[in-house]
Amino acid sequence: MNIHEYQGKEILKSFGVSVPNGKVAFTVEEAVEAAKELGTAVCVVKAQIHAGGRGKAGGVKVAKSLDEVRTYASEILGKTLVTHQTGPEGKEVKRLLIEEGCDIKKEYYVGLVLDRATSRVVLMASEEGGTEIEEVAEKTPEKIFKEEIDPVVGLQPFQARRIAFNINIPKELVNKAVKFMMGLYQAYIEKDCSIAEINPLVVTGDGDVMALDAKLNFDSNALYRQKDVLAYRDLEEEDPKEIEASKYDLSYISLDGNIGCMVNGAGLAMATMDIVKHYGGDPANFLDVGGGATAEKVTEAFKIILSDKNVKGIFVNIFGGIMKCDVIATGVVEAAKQVGLSVPLVVRLEGTNVEIGKKILAESDIDIIAADSMADGAQKIVSLVG
Amino acid sequence: MSVFINKDTKVIVQGITGSTALFHTKQMLDYGTQIVGGTTPGKGGMEVEGVPVFNTVKEAVAATGATASVIYVPAPFAADAILEAVDAELDLAICITEHIPVLDMVKVKRYMEGKKTRLVGPNCPGVITADECKIGIMPGYIHTKGHVGVVSRSGTLTYEAVHQLTQAGIGQTTAVGIGGDPVNGTNFIDVLKAFNEDPETYAVIMIGEIGGTAEEEAAEWVKANMTKPVVGFIGGRTAPPGKRMGHAGAIISGGKGTADEKIRVMNECGIAVADTPSVMGETLIKVLKEKGLYDKCKTH
Repeated sequence: MNIHEYQGKEILKSFGVSVPNGKVAFTVEEAVEAAKELGTAVCVVKAQIHAGGRGKAGGVKVAKSLDEVRTYASEILGKTLVTHQTGPEGKEVKRLLIEEGCDIKKEYYVGLVLDRATSRVVLMASEEGGTEIEEVAEKTPEKIFKEEIDPVVGLQPFQARRIAFNINIPKELVNKAVKFMMGLYQAYIEKDCSIAEINPLVVTGDGDVMALDAKLNFDSNALYRQKDVLAYRDLEEEDPKEIEASKYDLSYISLDGNIGCMVNGAGLAMATMDIVKHYGGDPANFLDVGGGATAEKVTEAFKIILSDKNVKGIFVNIFGGIMKCDVIATGVVEAAKQVGLSVPLVVRLEGTNVEIGKKILAESDIDIIAADSMADGAQKIVSLVG
Repeated sequence: MSVFINKDTKVIVQGITGSTALFHTKQMLDYGTQIVGGTTPGKGGMEVEGVPVFNTVKEAVAATGATASVIYVPAPFAADAILEAVDAELDLAICITEHIPVLDMVKVKRYMEGKKTRLVGPNCPGVITADECKIGIMPGYIHTKGHVGVVSRSGTLTYEAVHQLTQAGIGQTTAVGIGGDPVNGTNFIDVLKAFNEDPETYAVIMIGEIGGTAEEEAAEWVKANMTKPVVGFIGGRTAPPGKRMGHAGAIISGGKGTADEKIRVMNECGIAVADTPSVMGETLIKVLKEKGLYDKCKTH
């Protein structure tokens, strides 16, 4: 799960990580009010959307007066920002962060991520702050320093110190940088983060080490024990179809194509998208109905697929293990009855209770095209959608 | 022969009184698996499906001589269940549970260092040795005894591969689902190593997906060590970057973990990769014929 920058900074602050003073604003008036309260000569108006690259897209402006705050706030609020992370449709700005300006001496990068190869959390840092870390990793890998963290004892001060010296933090500020990194690690562990990225971390003219930006992502499997993090969820930043799917424990991701897919199992669901594409089609979604789906869930899954106006045909590909084919068949028939089926439907069933499932489909009065294998099904749906 | 489990493996079910566990306990017993006990704290002394229930894994092991466990405990308690299995010094713990917080698994992995237990999973379909022992949730009837090993990050794609093999008259030794999470107990290399040493296994299908670099590392290992042919498939060729495709581990981030890169490395290491999921069986058969192994692998 993603949260906004200002929310991430609230969390970090509670762990003793230094961040600039700031306030969230939902309207232009609130933005001006927030700037007044900050009372600094310069303040920054920052668009809050769940995507990076805001600065380049015109979503971050430095204001030198309250009038400028008003101008920038009204310019940015309601604007649709298109960045390399939003996709071509962009994201509408509905919140702003009004933050005190600070005197930046130098920018760095600090991040925590899980390293899958070692099954450990790794602290990464670089002197090349401000730019994309992937870019640094590609062009100058020697400028990225890493410390692997033993989960028994957690991040140790000597490791944070080694990082601070390696990335050339001024030596009189090393202790502050260590405190910063230790706090960041505590936040990562206690809040079940999956990514904690500070880019840039800045050293200021008045000798502070602070997070100028903050990107925190959270492990969705751990949200059951992170109620306060869950409270930060901004549904307006998420795809409505994905939200609807999550209510029924369906794993759904919107894509740009026109062939709706309903599959059981994440691996098979991905492979189904691949094979549709292989035969020249374009999948409209990834949808894993999971192992424990009921006929009701299957019905909902069907409705979600059909709510996408781009969908010109549906391919159901099921290999029943825990998931029984008769349950899928019942759900498909029920859904077709409830919503009315206006597009071609190809169904491939295999696995547990396949014969009962096929019988249910055959006996219904719905127009279903049966497929013998996933290749057969993919070819059929692609030719039907044209 | 086979890997990890066989007809003599004695198994306990952790969390046996839950509804999913009960359903699959019955399925496993029907397949012929020696389920000798189960655990649910506070329900010791009960009996379900003719199997005795114990309060702790240690007790269950002492009373039954079990060497393996299968875990169906809900995600918030699953890490603890794995640790209990490790502490009881089982040879094998297979964790079916999905949605375990990844930082729980980071601690589990650390705790397991130097311990005797092999963990398979979490978030996996389990392990099956055809006609001998089924530990997990896979449909038993699609498997036939034979000479091909299967290892996969995805449950349903394992079924797909096994089904294609059985349809084509190619049996299997053992199918191992290593699970779709970013931190898991057993990786591709562990399983490939076991298949390499198993005299009954003549060839292997390895099924990966986007995310991480486990497939690339396995491919390098195959190139350096494997004496048997390996064919592969990678799911998620068309998946958009930055989106988690169902499995916690299936995500392309920072330009890493793409299917194309995995396929490239696998090909370079001598692994034939199936173009689509529906030709995994065909791709293997082609390789078996090239290597003169087809007749030895054909079971009917």
